Amino acid sequence: MEYFGWLQLIVFVIALAAITKPMGLYLMRVLDAGGKTWFDPVLKPVERLTYRLMGVDSSKEQDWKQYTVAMLLFSLVGCLFTYAILRLQHLLPLNPQAFGPLSAHLAFNTAVSFTTNTNWQSYGGESTLSYFSQMVGLVFHNFVSAAAGIAIAAAVVRGIARHSARTLGNFWVDLVRVTYYLLLPICLVLAVFLVSQGVIQNFKPYTRALTLDWTATQTIAQGPVASQVAIKILGTNGGGFMNANAAHPFENPTPLSNFLQMLSIFSIGSGLTWYLGHMTGNQKHGWAVWITMLLLFLGGILLCWRVEAGGNPIHQQLGVAVAGGNMEGKEVRFGVFNSALFAVVTTDASCGAVNAMHDSFAPLGGFVPLFNMELGEIIFGGVGAGLYGMLVFVVLAVFIAGLMVGRTPEYLGKKIEAYEVKMAMLALLVLSVSILGFAAWAAVSPWGLTGLSNFGPHGLTEILYAYSSGTGNNGSAFAGLNANTLWYNTTLGLAMLIGRFLMIVPIMAMAGSLAQKKVAPLSSGTFPVSGGTFVVLLIGTVLLIGALNFLPVLTLGPVVEHFLMGQGKLF
Amino acid sequence: MKQLLPEFRSALLATLVLAVVCCGLYPLVVFSIGQLAFREQANGSLIVDKHGVVRGSKLLGQNFAAEKYFHPRPSAAGNGYDAANSSGSNLGPTSQKLRDTIKERIEAYRKENGLKETDSVPADAVTASGSGLDPHISPESARLQIVRVAVARGLVPATVAALVEQAVERPQLGFLGDPRVNVLRLNLVLDEINISR
Repeated sequence: MEYFGWLQLIVFVIALAAITKPMGLYLMRVLDAGGKTWFDPVLKPVERLTYRLMGVDSSKEQDWKQYTVAMLLFSLVGCLFTYAILRLQHLLPLNPQAFGPLSAHLAFNTAVSFTTNTNWQSYGGESTLSYFSQMVGLVFHNFVSAAAGIAIAAAVVRGIARHSARTLGNFWVDLVRVTYYLLLPICLVLAVFLVSQGVIQNFKPYTRALTLDWTATQTIAQGPVASQVAIKILGTNGGGFMNANAAHPFENPTPLSNFLQMLSIFSIGSGLTWYLGHMTGNQKHGWAVWITMLLLFLGGILLCWRVEAGGNPIHQQLGVAVAGGNMEGKEVRFGVFNSALFAVVTTDASCGAVNAMHDSFAPLGGFVPLFNMELGEIIFGGVGAGLYGMLVFVVLAVFIAGLMVGRTPEYLGKKIEAYEVKMAMLALLVLSVSILGFAAWAAVSPWGLTGLSNFGPHGLTEILYAYSSGTGNNGSAFAGLNANTLWYNTTLGLAMLIGRFLMIVPIMAMAGSLAQKKVAPLSSGTFPVSGGTFVVLLIGTVLLIGALNFLPVLTLGPVVEHFLMGQGKLF
Repeated sequence: MKQLLPEFRSALLATLVLAVVCCGLYPLVVFSIGQLAFREQANGSLIVDKHGVVRGSKLLGQNFAAEKYFHPRPSAAGNGYDAANSSGSNLGPTSQKLRDTIKERIEAYRKENGLKETDSVPADAVTASGSGLDPHISPESARLQIVRVAVARGLVPATVAALVEQAVERPQLGFLGDPRVNVLRLNLVLDEINISR
């Protein structure tokens, strides 16, 4: 199996490299208000009509404040829209299982979760939500939160690329164009392909089956799953229709559907690095960022794969074959390698769909997804969010390089000054304060501890994982944690809001400031933002700044558990 | 504030328009194409017997417990293979509960398949899957169950062994995924050639 694992990894990386430029080229056209695409004959009239209905002047650009305010208002309205649907579920159509309304705190948590592109789920989909709630209340955000993320990334890139400019584009135009020209066409193709593999798409009530051995009845959940899975994956949302998410055979039936889902998660994030290179007139810079991401990705998958393939010595001592690896919480059709790869991909990006239960990973196998989220999900990353998160690290890397050689730091010809560095640091510090603050609070509170299903260091990891996932807008979970309580739903909801919006505002401020700057001509002292030195410096910045904040608590959680597992200690 | 009102109105209208397109048109188009082109898959790959009774889905495991059937993996979905409550166990690597459960499963697996105390047991046979609905087992686990099934059905082990080898699904496109055996399909074939209910 080693051989097949390597083969699959190599094919995955080649496929990812191959789609990067085409995706980047297409993104350029979509993110240019006047860009031409193949879909223009069909979609252009729809686009124009949409602007007319919305009362938006598509030719007018916005400065960073107007752009951000439009995004915030739109998120607020969408959040209330979904909250209302979830609370009124029992009165709305397409509810064949007659599910009741959600509690106030669960509806708050879920509405915030989908608005912020997190898709943390304190509920089990097939046992809680009607088809209408899923198809309208949730899928709406799967599209628009992804589009909003890409829009913000485009605005930040424009801020870097433009000079002596005040405006960064028009939020409404970016939102509508990304949704119509990018997300919808790809999702349509992906969803139909997924149906061909066995993903369901119907509106039937749950089917009752008499089991093949004649002894029992099995109730089979149904629903419009394929349309939701396609966008949950492409838009790095990650919220499953079913409780078991992409481990469920109806969401991810075959190794091929699994492969395409993983590739789709990375596709837009990867294409955006090409977009960055093209827009800033420095394609090598785009590829340098891409290589940095690839190297960080490879580090994660190699560690996670190795650990999971090694299995659990405690269970092996009882008589479990070593060859199978750690199969608790994993599906046979994916095996250890594809489960590890999916876990790394879904947390490198801020997707959060899972095809295996991370809670049952070996300690260091679960450490990798946790660490990925705490780095800020900048390894290809959530759609848009990955790029603007990484650009924060780029600004810091350039700043550190400037300090080291004693020159005013410059990024692509623009001086990086106190304001930009302050905004970049603010965006990063907000994340660690939210993750560590909430996790520490939960770890010493009765409400935090009663939700645990695992104890000892693994219990601490469950709590830490929840707030890392919430703040990072990932949405995957150490799902043993019972988070459907007033306290968890509320604090996780706040963590998700902080992680999304308190990060976007300082980054947009930074972009607005960069746009206004003049470009200085290149000189021999300018630090190049491509090539090996830059890649090494950027990796160093990501790991140092990302890791330093979290190393102490990671030591108490997964690292301690790893050594205790070696000694056969149980909790 | 004056500037905010038109933006707020745009946000409201954008929500409505995009909801109609993304949550109405889009899923309905997928639904229509799915029902026309891939009707069986779109409706759950259901297994229907000759009397028209739905007997399960090819993609979802069932709780076969009798000796004459190949047994699936342990399941944490509801009371086992509850296809309206998919779930893994979510027990961690240092969980006492998981360790005790696995110990019991290993003993049971060895006993029912006539293995020695020192024989190791395939990992997938004693661990719960992620969905609790995994329809597959590893080829190793299927092979270890051949003798038991053959004896219970009064068949020659070689006959059952041949069926198992036929049932092994290879990696998709030659390299994707792990080799595996679909328990439902294998048991269906067995029931067809040997109608001892």
